[in-house]
This record gives sequence, structure tokens and C-alpha cells, in this order.
Amino acid sequence: MKKDLTRQQHLDLYYYMRLNRAVEDTMVKLFRQNKIVGGLYSSLGQEAISVGTSYALQKKDWLAPMIRNIGALLVKGVKPRDIFMQHMAKYDSPTKGKDGTSHFGDLDDLHIVSPISMLGDLIPVMAGVAIAGRYLGQKIVAMTWIGDGGSSTGVFHEGLNFAAVQKAPFVLILENNLWAYSTPVRKQVPLENLADRAKAYGIDSYIVDGNDVAAVYSTTKEAVERARAGEGPILIEAKTFRRLGHAQHDPAEYVPKEMRAYWEARDPIALHEKFLLSEKLLDAKSKKDIEDKINTLLATERDFAENSPMPPAELAETGVYCTGEECHKIRAKWERPISEVTPPKSSVQAVWTVPGFGSGKSSGGVNAPIHFGDTQPSTGISASEAKSSNGGKPAAKVAAKTAAKKTVKTAASASRKARR
Amino acid sequence: MADGKTNGTNGAKTSEAATAEAQVTFLEAIKQAMFEEMERDPSVVLLGEDVGVYGGAFKTSEGLLERFGWERVIDTPISESAIIGAACGMSYLGLRPICEMQFIDFIVCAFNQITNFVAKGHYLWNAPAPMVIRGPSGGGVHGGPFHSANPEMYFVHTPGLKVIYPSTPYDAKGLLKAAVRDNNPVLFFEHKFLYRRIKGEIPAGDYTVPIGKAVVRREGKHLTILSYAAMMHTSLEAAEALAKEGIEAEVIDLRTLLPLDEETILNSVRKTNKCLVVHEDTKTGGIAGEIAALLCEKAFSDLDGPLLRVTSLDTPVPYAPTLEEYFLPNAKKVFAAAKELARY
Repeated sequence: MKKDLTRQQHLDLYYYMRLNRAVEDTMVKLFRQNKIVGGLYSSLGQEAISVGTSYALQKKDWLAPMIRNIGALLVKGVKPRDIFMQHMAKYDSPTKGKDGTSHFGDLDDLHIVSPISMLGDLIPVMAGVAIAGRYLGQKIVAMTWIGDGGSSTGVFHEGLNFAAVQKAPFVLILENNLWAYSTPVRKQVPLENLADRAKAYGIDSYIVDGNDVAAVYSTTKEAVERARAGEGPILIEAKTFRRLGHAQHDPAEYVPKEMRAYWEARDPIALHEKFLLSEKLLDAKSKKDIEDKINTLLATERDFAENSPMPPAELAETGVYCTGEECHKIRAKWERPISEVTPPKSSVQAVWTVPGFGSGKSSGGVNAPIHFGDTQPSTGISASEAKSSNGGKPAAKVAAKTAAKKTVKTAASASRKARR
Repeated sequence: MADGKTNGTNGAKTSEAATAEAQVTFLEAIKQAMFEEMERDPSVVLLGEDVGVYGGAFKTSEGLLERFGWERVIDTPISESAIIGAACGMSYLGLRPICEMQFIDFIVCAFNQITNFVAKGHYLWNAPAPMVIRGPSGGGVHGGPFHSANPEMYFVHTPGLKVIYPSTPYDAKGLLKAAVRDNNPVLFFEHKFLYRRIKGEIPAGDYTVPIGKAVVRREGKHLTILSYAAMMHTSLEAAEALAKEGIEAEVIDLRTLLPLDEETILNSVRKTNKCLVVHEDTKTGGIAGEIAALLCEKAFSDLDGPLLRVTSLDTPVPYAPTLEEYFLPNAKKVFAAAKELARY
């Protein structure tokens, strides 16, 4: 897998991981000098995920970071000064001091949606971005991240399920760092692999070593292109470890020592660097050049951030509403003919068509017709079983063919839905 | 009950073509607004539960799927947070989604998405979310505690949202069109008691009604009655009865609850010196309390008597007709309160 990447790609991944860590190291220093306004979160040891996943996106694609995805912002083109200023609540920050941390976005240029603190909310939002992009013919992919803890929210389910039924070009990175604040993953989810949840949504998933940046990139690249090609959402579980506490205030003494030791020996930057050195993609001189470049850049960026003023107090009262055209010119960017979505071309017959019925294994062990024919057989039937019993064709397709092709009109006879 | 005939065209933009008038129901007015907005602008899409093939639980979206297709009329899973969240994401790409809550009671399932994500985006990171969240609300149809809600005040308390609650077909159509064209998230409450009971005249052409403007439905000098939605009609009925006793009530339809039209309210109260607020929402935390505070701050010396409220009881909406009738305000209760207030 590593051989698939070009030298430049390997070096880019290395650079961005180093930059990610250096930006956060700088912020730890700022925090200790009381220059960070609120809490400071760390992605130490998880840089390969932020960098490897976002590096698989194209410029036109959309992403929404979580709190530990500073690396993804850097790859997407956010300047370190903006990240510093966000944390320092400065007037020149993207939110002008109205919000902190990674809570900022850029709709027009970088295509970044701002997260909020409530976990999981980004999933339906990014599903909506993906659906809108497809509607407008933009051929974009939308990506966001969620933690092992965030995957316990209701909106994770609602969002991923909706994305799945819509076959939205959406990639969800489930960053399993084993800890949700002080709660271990086994108290969040009774599953060994969180990727298994994808099966319940009828979507594909991957599991990847989250500390192997080349593997994260290659896996994500494949998922992104499959989503872009119309295969629907894809879930990637990246297994990793949160090396520091929930935030700076948390010493994380609840983490077993041997667990920490295990993961500290698998530092993603050290692992990648070792690979680059052994393959002679990097040497002492080019490594020093990268370090110098980062140090010079961050010194400038930090100076800029520190010199930015605090926002004027009256700013608090402004900007609750968009005041109209002079505030925002909202225009969808069409990349397909509008005639396709306007009458008469958009007009359809308002009926549900049922091509056939699928099957599933009942508790008695025999198959029962239970679902619409366009769903997969549910459980127990492996592909080979289905093939052998049906002359080599998957069960669902056979069922669909044998069932009478008819159109079922649902509207006329249905009574008002009493749904709860 | 008054026939709902509106004189509420003041402040509305009516195009030259909008001349021929037709009597339509409240429901038809909403359907027309969505149809015309989708016809006008391909960035307008509709999503919600059963809005497509079935045409919506109340048939407000009937015919939209046939005309605009699957990409623009989206039948969703029963997932209110996903509906609101996805619409928000769509709005970031310049679409103008309309979200239908099958019954507005279910809007609270998406409370977090609306109040934390949708409402705060423009203030925090300069991200407008032009979207409409609409659905059937209100009681009087024996829908019981989970199909009769008036949850408007949860959202009036949320900066970043606009909240509309019309009472006539003319306003319903004009305000819904204005909501679709607004760059902010707008909540649009449709009182289901009015859907098929109220008819009104609607001009043939395109028009909008400005968001944030109340309208005087009936002029009077002895006291001001402020109301909206179904209670607007109840208040007008009471005003007719009051007139027979020589009490001329000025009846104002608030139409928009956020932002509140303070100017129209203050102008009327400064004239009549007395104010009665009638709403179907429960009493504690209802808009009447907010209006009382407004009058205390800005018209205290103009008041000749206390602000009185006629509202629903502070209980869930009960199911049995006898209970629900007791729970809801009616013209008799409004009449009695107005008589009491007129004595000051």
C-alpha cells in the first residue's frame, strides 16, 4: 500500500503531520502563558488520521472538522495564524472572537463547515452538503469525523441512516481513540469494531490503523473515490489512541499505564519518519529543512496572532441575522443544466415502484419474504450460499426477477399516518 | 368565528399582475406558496416525512413531487434531526430548503439542530442558513397532547431564528414566500384548525408579506387586543360582541413573533391605553409575558390598567373534547377579560 504513493505524497503527509504537531505544541506554550482563552484540546498521536484522511480530498470537496482535527484544517489550506487566533479569541480570527478552537468555517473558498460542541450534529449537516452537491452537479464528496464517544449519539444514527438511504457522497471517519473523556470505548459500544455499525446502515466500511498515515490516506482515497462515483456513504474506522487527557486540564490518570506505553511506541510521525528514512525518501538534511520551514512559518504566524487585538466589546451585539443581499449574496453554483431539475424534465409519476421482494433468514432458519427487492438479504446467507442455491445469482436479484413486475400505488388507499 | 376575510394587505408588496382575487383555503395558500417558489427558483427544495408520494399528512405538498421530481421533493426517514441538519447543509451550498415537520410537535426532536446549529451559524462564523421549517401546529382538533402543540416560544427565545405564525390565507402565502426568500432560518407555524376552515382572497400574481410586521385587523379606541393564528379569529369574534356593548376593541394580528413589531404594538397601546393579549400557547412563558415587559419598559405611563392575558392553561393539551375546550381560550373568555379591562 505504501508503495502506491509518490515520494511527494509521502513527504506531504510527513510535512502536514509535523506541522499539525508543531501548531499544537505552540498552542500548549501559549496556553501555559495564559494566552489561550478557554480550554485546549490535543490530537497528539492522532495526526495521521486528520492528515491522511483530508489529504485524500480534492480542493472542491467539503469537510467539517472535529475538535481534534487541526491537521485536516491545515491540509485544507487554513493558515496556522487563524488556528492560533481562534484559540486566543482575537479580532482577526475567522470568527472575530465569537467562538474558539476549531469552531470556524469557510463556505466560499475552502469549503469548511464549522463544528459545534454537540457531537454527531455534523453528520446530517454534511450529508446535506453531499446531497446538495450532487443536486447541483458539483461531483463533490463531503467528509466529517466522529469519535468513539460521539458515535453513541442519536444524531449519528439519524444522519448516517439518512445519508445511506440517499446514497449521499459522504465519507465518515470514525476516529476510535479508545477514550471519550474518562469513559473507555467498551463502556460506549459493545462492539470490538465500530466499523461493524456500517452494516446496519447498508453501507460499506473499512478498518484502518490510524497511526499509519499512508494506510489512512490510501484507504480514504479509495473510499472518497467510491463515494464520488455514486456508491453511497462509506464509514472508515481508524483505530488510534488519545495520548493526552480530554483537554489540558485533564491529566487522564484513568488511562492504564501499559496502554499508554503501547501507543506511545507507535507514534504516527515517528513511524512514518522511520519508513521515509529507510526508503531513502528523507535524509537528515531534508528533515532539517522541513523543521526549519515549519519553525520559521510558525514564528511568523504566532507573531501575527499575538499582535492581533481583542474584539471590540460592541461586536457582541452584531451579526445575529443576515441582513440580506448586502450581507450575503446567496447563489447556488450550478454545474448541471437547470432544465434537468425544472419542469417538464423534472416531472415524474408520484408512485412507489416495487421491483420484487428480498428475503431474510427467519428464526426458524428458513428464508422469508420480508423486504423490498432492492435491499440485500439480511443475515446468515453468505454470497456463496446464495449463489449455489440460485444458479450463481445473488439471492436478492433472483427474487427481484421472479417477482411480478408491477407498480404499487400507495397514496390512494393509505389513511392518515398515525405514526407514534 | 369570523370568516377570515383579510384586510391585511397593508405593508405587503403586490405586483401589478396581482389583481384577480380568488377565495382559497389557508391550506391551499400554503400549497400555492411552495409550488410557486419551487417554480420560480430551482434552489428551493422540500424535504420531510411523507411529503412526496403521499403529498404530506395534510396534503400541503400534494402535486409537488409530480412536478418537481425526486431530487427536489425528498421523502425522508422519521428523523427530524437529520431533516433539519441536512437542510442546513444544503443551505450552505446555496439551496433554500423547506423542511416539513409532519406535526409541529415533532420539531422538538430536532431542538438541538435548530437552536445550536442552524440559529447560531451566522452570528458565530458568518454562515447564513436560508431555510424554512414549517408544519401544522395548534389545538382545537382533538389531536391530543402530541399533535396539538404550540411550541413557538421555545424558538422565540433563540436569537438567530425568525418565527412566523399567520392567521389568514393571504398572509400565509405571502409570508411563506417571504420566508423562502429570507437569508435566515425561518420557522413557519401553520395552525391546523385554520387549514380548511378559513378561506380568504388571494391575488393571482406573485406577492410577499414582510416578515416582522404586525397588522391592525380592526380599529378601535377603548382597548387593544393583541393576538395571532387561530386566536386572531377568536379575538375578532369577541370584538364584535364587545362592539354591541359599546366597547370598541382594536385588534392587532402579530403575524411575526420574532422579530416582534414593537412599533405597531406601542402605537396602538398609546392610543387605547389598555392591552389584552390572547394566545393559544400556554400562559407561563408565552409571548404575552414578553409584551407585558415591553409595555412596562416603553409605555408604562400610557397604561390605564393592567395587561391581561387570555391563554391556554398551564397544562399539556388534553385529549377529550370537554377537557380541551376547557383548556383553550375562546371568544367568551376574551369577551370577559376585555370587559374587565375596559372598566379601568
